[in-house]
Amino acid sequence: MSLVRETRNLLLQAPLKPRAGLGWKGFAQCQIRRSSVSQRPGSDHVHFPGAVDSKFTTKLEFEKPSQKPAMPTYRILDQNGVIVDKSRPPLDVSDEEVLKWYNDMLTVSIMDLIMFDAQRQGRLSFYIVSAGEEGIAVGSSAALHPSDVIFAQYRETGVFKERGFTLDDFMNQLFANKKDVGHGRNMPVHYGSRKLNIHTISSPLATQIPQASGAAYAVKLQDLQNPDSPRRVVACYFGEGAASEGDFHAALNIAATRSCPVVFICRNNGYAISTPTLEQYRGDGIASRGVGYGIETVRVDGNDIFAVREATREARRLALEGGGKPVLLEAMSYRVSHHSTSDDSFAYRAKVEVEDWKRRDNPITRLRKWLEGKGLWDDEKEKDARSRVRKEVLAAFVRAEKEKRPPLGMMFEDVYEDMTAEAREQARLLREHIERYPDEYDVEEFEGGIRSLEK
Amino acid sequence: MRPILPRLRTLPFQQAGGRRSSTFPPNARLNRPTDFSSTPLLCHTSQTALANPELPASARQSKTIRSNLFQSVNSALRHALSTDERVLVFGEDVAFGGVFRCSMNLATDFGSERVFNTPLSEQGIVGFAIGCAAEGMRPVAEIQFADYVYPAFDQFVNEAAKFRYRSGGTGMNCGGLVVRMPCGGVGHGALYHSQSPESLFTHVPGLKVVMPRCPIQAKGLLISAIECNDPVVFMEPKVLYRAAVEQVPAEPYAFPLSKAEIVKPGSDLSIISYGAPLYTCSAAIAAAENDLDIKVELIDMRTIYPWDRNTILESVRKTGRAIVVHESMFNAGVASEVAASIQEGALLRLEAPVKRITGWSTHTGLVYERFNIPDVARIYDAIKNTIEY
Ligand SMILES: Cc1ncc(C[n+]2csc(CCOP(=O)(O)OP(=O)(O)O)c2C)c(N)n1
Ligand SMILES: [Mg+2]
Repeated sequence: MSLVRETRNLLLQAPLKPRAGLGWKGFAQCQIRRSSVSQRPGSDHVHFPGAVDSKFTTKLEFEKPSQKPAMPTYRILDQNGVIVDKSRPPLDVSDEEVLKWYNDMLTVSIMDLIMFDAQRQGRLSFYIVSAGEEGIAVGSSAALHPSDVIFAQYRETGVFKERGFTLDDFMNQLFANKKDVGHGRNMPVHYGSRKLNIHTISSPLATQIPQASGAAYAVKLQDLQNPDSPRRVVACYFGEGAASEGDFHAALNIAATRSCPVVFICRNNGYAISTPTLEQYRGDGIASRGVGYGIETVRVDGNDIFAVREATREARRLALEGGGKPVLLEAMSYRVSHHSTSDDSFAYRAKVEVEDWKRRDNPITRLRKWLEGKGLWDDEKEKDARSRVRKEVLAAFVRAEKEKRPPLGMMFEDVYEDMTAEAREQARLLREHIERYPDEYDVEEFEGGIRSLEK
Repeated sequence: MRPILPRLRTLPFQQAGGRRSSTFPPNARLNRPTDFSSTPLLCHTSQTALANPELPASARQSKTIRSNLFQSVNSALRHALSTDERVLVFGEDVAFGGVFRCSMNLATDFGSERVFNTPLSEQGIVGFAIGCAAEGMRPVAEIQFADYVYPAFDQFVNEAAKFRYRSGGTGMNCGGLVVRMPCGGVGHGALYHSQSPESLFTHVPGLKVVMPRCPIQAKGLLISAIECNDPVVFMEPKVLYRAAVEQVPAEPYAFPLSKAEIVKPGSDLSIISYGAPLYTCSAAIAAAENDLDIKVELIDMRTIYPWDRNTILESVRKTGRAIVVHESMFNAGVASEVAASIQEGALLRLEAPVKRITGWSTHTGLVYERFNIPDVARIYDAIKNTIEY
């Protein structure tokens, strides 16, 4: 290695434009971090390869995160639905758009109430509501493009709704009937849609976060190859609890080093089942971690749909800047409901705490106040909308509940692209067994009875 | 899985159109739900509970308490915490009692230094527990569901299992480490709340893998696991947490690890299983003994690794026929190992091939669970085939 060479550690971010005939392969070499162990004589800066632009100091001082101010929380509306900064440019959104968001949030919250009760009646096995977090889902989704790819956790029903998942789509999945694209394999609320570019929700927490980084890398390379297609980002949702998993940290780091156009959206709702944030982490929320990984980060008021939408739109723009890069958005809210239908949250938090939150603030009522202030909404409209949505949800409910289960053979399919000889043999054994013991099995609720076990 | 809340509001239509996610056909003779109030696998009176020859005298003279499985786990943890200062209990949501109520009131009674919530990270929990054990504590860590243990797999396979071996003459080890996890199907858990990943751990030398079948066993085996100087993976069939209720000796007692138990003696066929399927086996045996005039021996492995080959081989040498039953999938499951060992150790006594009745080679899809997990009819059919072979 040539020793006396002036080096500056710099992240060479060559603009990632595809060169003719080169495709994305040509870009593998574009990002090089020049490094050298040499230290310029008399320099007041660190030149170690692992830290760029750090000044030497003779004062021994530890960073004390607790003494730093917390990152601010961006908002546009106050709790009364009034724009805080009167000097800001007007909101660039049409009345129709805002009314659609309102309808989407309302639909999610009404569907949640009905399905929660339906679970209590034993009509479906499980449900998770998004109460208090509808604004995060709908607001962020509204800022994304339909071609952007989405990875979700499970409390983002509003993303599906905003993107165009229909009530029938929801209900078919919830009732695991033959029209469920998941073939009745997943627990309720584990939705997915190829048409809407949303990957199917998977229960293990945080696994989707590094996947989102990889998907963003794929999307970036593909878009470089097709300069005429619109540029895409990947959006990835997760809870503040999930952000404790190793996968979260791996995801942010790899996305930063590979400059992946991914918008990480953390829903910080104060709880992971019973565990409050104080026992989940000690830093300044999840946002402070983005900074640690060298990622542009913002914290936003999750009850303010305008703020969520604007922050997500800006995050999306940043994610596509230069060659692409990750952005972290931490949306603050409160988990108003029980974790799921399997949980009774009053075993670990006081009812008054929840009631206080409900009274103080909520994304739906905040937007309603704004709409009323603009003369776009009133009690009459609210009543009509609620009764219309309720009717629509119940109609879809009844349609879905009546449908048969998917064919039994779906139990064995899709483990591999082609069913193995072992699985085919097992399907045959199962069919013969059911034929030998017809009274022991109820197969009529499955489309085609046992016929689908024929292979 | 958690206590049922009172009904809050009602839907505007009747339940008639509803369809429960797990049903049983009206004319079924075999595939009926387990009757936990009468199954011979549970001790419904103190007399039967206290007659257990494995109990020490102190426990045999004690009273019994009617407990379900989560209460008996709680009682074992309580005993360990109160008699050994080195014992710690932690995991996700453990402080308020755990999502299955196993650690109820322990934080209040033993303090938040010893019983506490961890951040949501399984690799962190198990690595942390290994570190505690390596420095002389007796950590009992909880993984919320066995389905979520995989982020910690590296810590198990490369660390806990190899700690003693690689430390050699230094004598350093992580004995005292116990990782508890609920496992198995409950009827509606689908892909990620149903798994029984025991065979992934039995393929790792250095780990002990234990699964109790009932409250009495859970208490005795968990106390042994905490006392054990090797790392133990302790898998609790979650379908039994509330369902399995019996009279449990009030005094503490330890049951031997790596020792199978003959749950019911017999002469014509040996069924080897562990955990929740033992109840299904028991029901199938009752029907088959009635129909076929045979006597079936039922063996609970209890410790799945290192396992008690002797008890099982002795049984099969006596009966000449064997069936192995478990929930997890067929290929390379525990049954494969047991069947291979029987073939090696009792070939000339075998009068029929050793049968494996297991989950099929697929995942646990929500609406297919009752066709996937071995049921009474499948085990009954296997008994019939093996006897008539
Ligand atoms: C790897 C893994 N560990 C544990 C669980 C069990 N679990 C399901 S949800 C949850 C809490 C998640 O909290 P958070 O990420 O904050 O999301 P929120 O429910 O608050 O929306 C836990 C522990 C899981 N699904 N996956
Ligand atoms: Mg949370």
